Amino acid sequence: MAEAKTKLKKPRGKVRLIEGKCIACGARCQSSCPVDGIQMSDAGEPQIELSKCIGCLKCVKACPGSALEIFYSPEELEILAQLAGQQDLAEEDADPEELARRELVAAYRGVWVFVEQTEGEAARVSWELMGKGQELAAKLGVELCAVVMGDQVEHLCREAFSYGANKAYLMDQPVLKHYRTYPYLDALCHLIDKYKPEIVLMGATGMGRDLAGAVATRVKTGLTADCTGLDIDAKRNLMQTRPAFGGNIMATIMCDRFRPQMATVRSHVMPMPAQMSGRTGKIVPVSLPISEADIFTKVLQVIRDKKAGDVDIAGAEFIVSGGRGMMAKENFAILQELADELGGVVGASRSAVDAGWMPGDRQVGQTGKTVRPKIYIACGISGAIQHLVGMQDSDLIVAINRDKEAPIFEVANYGIVGDLFEVVPALTTALREMKTSKGPAEVKDSKAA
Amino acid sequence: MYVVACIKQVPDTTQVQIDPVTNTLVRDGIPFIVNPYDTHAVEESLRMKARYGFKAAALSMGPPNTEATLRKALALGVDEAILCSDRAFGGADTLSTSNVLAAAIRKLAQEDEVGIVFCGKQTIDGDTAQVGPGIAIRLGFSQLTLVDRIEHLDFLAKKIRVRRKLEGRYEIVEAKLPAMITVVRELNRPRYPTVPMRLKAAKAEVKVWDNKELQLDPNSVGLKGSPTWVSRIFSPQRAAGEIIGDGLGDPAGTARLLLEKLVASDMLAV
Repeated sequence: MAEAKTKLKKPRGKVRLIEGKCIACGARCQSSCPVDGIQMSDAGEPQIELSKCIGCLKCVKACPGSALEIFYSPEELEILAQLAGQQDLAEEDADPEELARRELVAAYRGVWVFVEQTEGEAARVSWELMGKGQELAAKLGVELCAVVMGDQVEHLCREAFSYGANKAYLMDQPVLKHYRTYPYLDALCHLIDKYKPEIVLMGATGMGRDLAGAVATRVKTGLTADCTGLDIDAKRNLMQTRPAFGGNIMATIMCDRFRPQMATVRSHVMPMPAQMSGRTGKIVPVSLPISEADIFTKVLQVIRDKKAGDVDIAGAEFIVSGGRGMMAKENFAILQELADELGGVVGASRSAVDAGWMPGDRQVGQTGKTVRPKIYIACGISGAIQHLVGMQDSDLIVAINRDKEAPIFEVANYGIVGDLFEVVPALTTALREMKTSKGPAEVKDSKAA
Repeated sequence: MYVVACIKQVPDTTQVQIDPVTNTLVRDGIPFIVNPYDTHAVEESLRMKARYGFKAAALSMGPPNTEATLRKALALGVDEAILCSDRAFGGADTLSTSNVLAAAIRKLAQEDEVGIVFCGKQTIDGDTAQVGPGIAIRLGFSQLTLVDRIEHLDFLAKKIRVRRKLEGRYEIVEAKLPAMITVVRELNRPRYPTVPMRLKAAKAEVKVWDNKELQLDPNSVGLKGSPTWVSRIFSPQRAAGEIIGDGLGDPAGTARLLLEKLVASDMLAV
């Protein structure tokens, strides 16, 4: 208390660029500077006008590349050393902005998973998210809630309980039978306003992305698409990790000043949780006076696409994938033979799809599908990061490539440096032999003999 | 009536590399392209122009060099090109980007009614697919995402019928205009610019609207208007794989070795 009169002001220092760390992210530091003290060079790197810098740290916090740091003059360092013994410095950090943020954030509690359904059947990704939701809710010490919307869909609440939900908000109205943006938007925004969740998770499906983007805009909160990792930091905020810059690197995205924190996750990215039959929870029915007459969008027809339904690479247990190294469309036949022998399907990299060798629904990767098979065999695929993010969660990865430097070998459990046109047929033949000789034990024996 | 195509200038991501030593993005000499999905948005707006006599406008937000991207749209035949560019718009996430683009569309609508806004289904750099819905909701337009076919347009009755391409199914949907439509590749085949059009486009005007024109709250645009921010970037760490056998010298033996390993690790039941 007596110190208050003689209290030294804590020096704030000035900001500087750490050489070589700027990633030219798009002038975040410049935009964040309250005193216009940063100009961008032609290379997109910040040039700091030290005379203007007030050491407010805003640019340092805004920089995704940790390329900015605060430095102090010798005089300032001396003052800092004097202050080091005093303990009341931490309190200075709690500025009015931070206090307002804490108050807003405290009003929101709970983890929600939007249960996507078509004709009363839930999308698999919703249950996968329920598994991740359980983990996040446990870390936060809050409830995991399912949001179920549709017409005659109460059974999905019970299914949600079996996958770990503690509570289900149910909006069961004929007007919600088919997904349409505006009624679903009104319904979900109503629930968010009323029950204030801190986290809302949705599948990154056609429907999920349509709805999530609309909801986040109306609620004026952040939304992170296609997350591959979700976790909670020390301040109860959601850390959302996703591929960035076209998948070349991973970025952890925060939305700490707004609520709810919204994220979408693609199918097969999170593992499916175990189903606990007989588990129950509380159903909270909510209704909203939405009239069909007010909705100007009509779903006239739903056409099941049988062709696409035949081969579901996202759900396959074994995938044999081909890339640029396949050379021609016809050559995919050898992959098909191996896939048939394994009871799996044929996938493709983006370059193979772009070349017209395989249809787009077989594409594995950032702009294609995320897969999680038991075994993924990559043939003639070099392993661009966009491809890797789509298949890296496979239980086991085998890579076959002539180029021993190919990045695919860095993720493969087993790599074969060789000509795929020799190795793949050899695999098929060996697999057939193994089957006819009735089991692996005999194969080993015969080799030993 | 205006039909607007929103386009984004993106780095050609297949060429972006990480420097293994400094762990930063190698960005020298990376060419910029028009987001591939957006080229289908421009094409569809040009088809609407040809068929119904709408005015086609291309709209983008970005730094001043985005002008080059808009000139590509002019060379294809759009009537107007508008670039929203202001220092205050920098560092925007999808929420604040949609705010700027929606404001520009509102401003355009003061000149003439805006009937349809086309966007690519997503960009190839961000992949979020969030800006289109953001624009639709801010403007109160019908939202039709992932459209692969325009079935029917009745602009007197202000109705549009489209086909949406979803997982394992298609939906035929009817909605009222104005509408925001995000398009997939199957919708059309984009045209190429002719040389005379390219020459004409080089001289054409790209309108630049800054925030003095759009009059948005500075706290609702750019970095300040972005709820999300990047706290960390990193290269994914991967465990190096094990190279087995001699695939070049002994493909058959290596194949057998692999299968034995798969069976032994319980991954393959034969």
